[in-house]
Amino acid sequence: MELTTKQINIKENGHKEKQHWDLEIKPHTNIFNLHLKDVWNYRDLLILLVRRDFISFYKQTIFGPLWFFIQPIFTTIIYTLIFSRLAGISTEDAPAPLFYLTGTVAWNYFAECLTKTSTVFRDNANIFGKVYFPRLIMPLSIVMSNLVKFGVQLLLFILVMVWYIIKGENVHPNEYLLLFPVIVLLLALQGLGFGLIVTALTTKYRDLAFLITFGIQLAMYATPVIYPLSAAPQQFKEIIALNPLSGLIEAFRYGFLGTGHFYPGYFYYSVCFSIIVVLAGLIIFNKTEKNFVDTV
Amino acid sequence: MEKAIKIEKLSKAYQLGEFSTGTLSRDIERWWALLRGKEDPFLKIGEVNERTKGGNSNIVWSLKDINFEIERGSAVGIIGRNGAGKSTLLKILSRVTTPTTGVVKIKGRIASLLEVGTGFHPELTGRENIFLNGAILGMRKQEIKRKFDEIVDFAGVERYIDTPVKRYSSGMYVRLAFGVAAHLESEILIVDEVLAVGDSEFQKKCLGKMKDVSNKDGRTVLFVSHNMAAIKQLCSHGILLKNGQLQLNGDVANIVEEYLNSGITSIRESSWTNEDAPGNDKISIRKIAAYAKGKTTTDPIKSNEDIIVELQFENKMKNVDLDVTWDIFDAEAAHVCHVGTLVGNGDKVNQGTFKVQFQIPKNLLNTTRYYFNITFGINQRYVAFKYDNILSLDIEDGLSRQGASFHKYPGIIHPKFEWSVQQIFN
Repeated sequence: MELTTKQINIKENGHKEKQHWDLEIKPHTNIFNLHLKDVWNYRDLLILLVRRDFISFYKQTIFGPLWFFIQPIFTTIIYTLIFSRLAGISTEDAPAPLFYLTGTVAWNYFAECLTKTSTVFRDNANIFGKVYFPRLIMPLSIVMSNLVKFGVQLLLFILVMVWYIIKGENVHPNEYLLLFPVIVLLLALQGLGFGLIVTALTTKYRDLAFLITFGIQLAMYATPVIYPLSAAPQQFKEIIALNPLSGLIEAFRYGFLGTGHFYPGYFYYSVCFSIIVVLAGLIIFNKTEKNFVDTV
Repeated sequence: MEKAIKIEKLSKAYQLGEFSTGTLSRDIERWWALLRGKEDPFLKIGEVNERTKGGNSNIVWSLKDINFEIERGSAVGIIGRNGAGKSTLLKILSRVTTPTTGVVKIKGRIASLLEVGTGFHPELTGRENIFLNGAILGMRKQEIKRKFDEIVDFAGVERYIDTPVKRYSSGMYVRLAFGVAAHLESEILIVDEVLAVGDSEFQKKCLGKMKDVSNKDGRTVLFVSHNMAAIKQLCSHGILLKNGQLQLNGDVANIVEEYLNSGITSIRESSWTNEDAPGNDKISIRKIAAYAKGKTTTDPIKSNEDIIVELQFENKMKNVDLDVTWDIFDAEAAHVCHVGTLVGNGDKVNQGTFKVQFQIPKNLLNTTRYYFNITFGINQRYVAFKYDNILSLDIEDGLSRQGASFHKYPGIIHPKFEWSVQQIFN
């Protein structure tokens, strides 16, 4: 036994290190190193995970991808009945169903990105404990899977919109539609950013998971989804505008329907906020990722 | 010779007790208590009494100061008892967790197989799962495409390739999963106990494939197993870990021998209290003993004496078809036998403490040391709990006239047959 230990020592001392190494596993890495190159190398995995989500979603269901439509249609019908007919909340001259459809489609995309991302560590604890790949791939695949769903729902929305235009209703798509890809990106970034922060914290504090499930439902009422920002009482307007989603949903609706307002200030605020929240999310996520297996 | 892996002063510490309590309100309560200079309300009683030396008392070093190098193209077996730090080492090497101190340097692509079929989705077909699993293990799509036919062929599932894997038999599932992993094009492959699955024919195939990987392809293989025979067959080099430290590093035959004999005295009797009993939420082992019939556990066992092996355990499950199986190995890691019994004698059993005992007939075993592994099974299919090397015993030669002798006869066992000799011709 002693002999072998000696041999190791000789090896240790006798070898001058000349070799080039591809990978070094060290206790600490720079917190600002986000390993984005590593993520890029695993892009095939990202696409396959999105495919998996899509296939497993509709397999063994009767309606299959039709489920993507059913949810927004029924939500819109209920909202139209309750908020427009019963409560009489203004929809700024836009047809009520269309007004709610824009709101729910955009809001749902954000909300689903956030809720699904916020349980990423917990849902994937087993796989994360067994094999290495850039952990960020998982939340990214969630955002992309939901983008597919969002795209399908958007199709439904456009069909409904075209129908209203043919009917000659007050619907006027305009040049602000060009902002559409940016708005979707910002919704995704905010959902991702908040989700990453929450999932990193839930590895330590499980309570947050409960907070998110009902918090997100309440948050919808603090966002102009079922009412236009202009209809909010003056003293609440400023508070609602602090919600980084308000500017986005308003701009989204304005581009498609031409009713309501585009608030440049709120929009730029949302842009800045999205970037900050996603950077913060990435840093916290990467820091947690390294040792989370030890705590779960 | 070029090195594939170089590990320098690697340590990994786990924190006990001082961990977050899991919910925010409790953590706040704890901070508040500590702020007022009171005792932590959530520290366990046993830990309060301990003298805290600079707050380090609740740190456990799962790995401590590990240094070694692995040459390119070698097959290395990592050996150690439960809790020796093997899994931690593998986790660090596979980048699942990070070390507390030290560095691991790696040359070439590394792929680890801590489990087969990680990320398999039951709803997806075999084809889809090959691609998904391959990508999770770090393969590019093009690479998987190139290897696709080889993988299907290896797994022998061509007919079912477009069927969802939830319809696969467990054997097919495992074969497909291992097939993907075995065709990884990484320079370094880390394998953990995956050979414990599948039938024996497939296990042989896996071993053969892994041998090819290291011998023909010149790739580096790190292999962790409790199966010493497999380690000896596959690896040329061994690393023995004990209590988180590197104990031996060298030729595999020596390491295996050292490992098997490291409990210098045989373990003939152990008993445990409620707290430290080996087990889980299903089974808890209480006592184990082996003795010659009519004698005690301290008396030597002679080859011409019946041997009684006694086991006491607590079953924590309700209404289960429980069985106990023993695997006996000799000192060279040859599998002697696999024997067991149903606990309920065909009926289901409920919670309670049980005593199971069996008798090894005299004049059967050889005059050497034997090792016993125990497995508790449910429905004779699922493993409820498994404990390796729970018992080891030395058999002395009872027939030799001049006292005890440790001379071992050739062969795994040394039974006494009925002989008859007659002279039939002059």
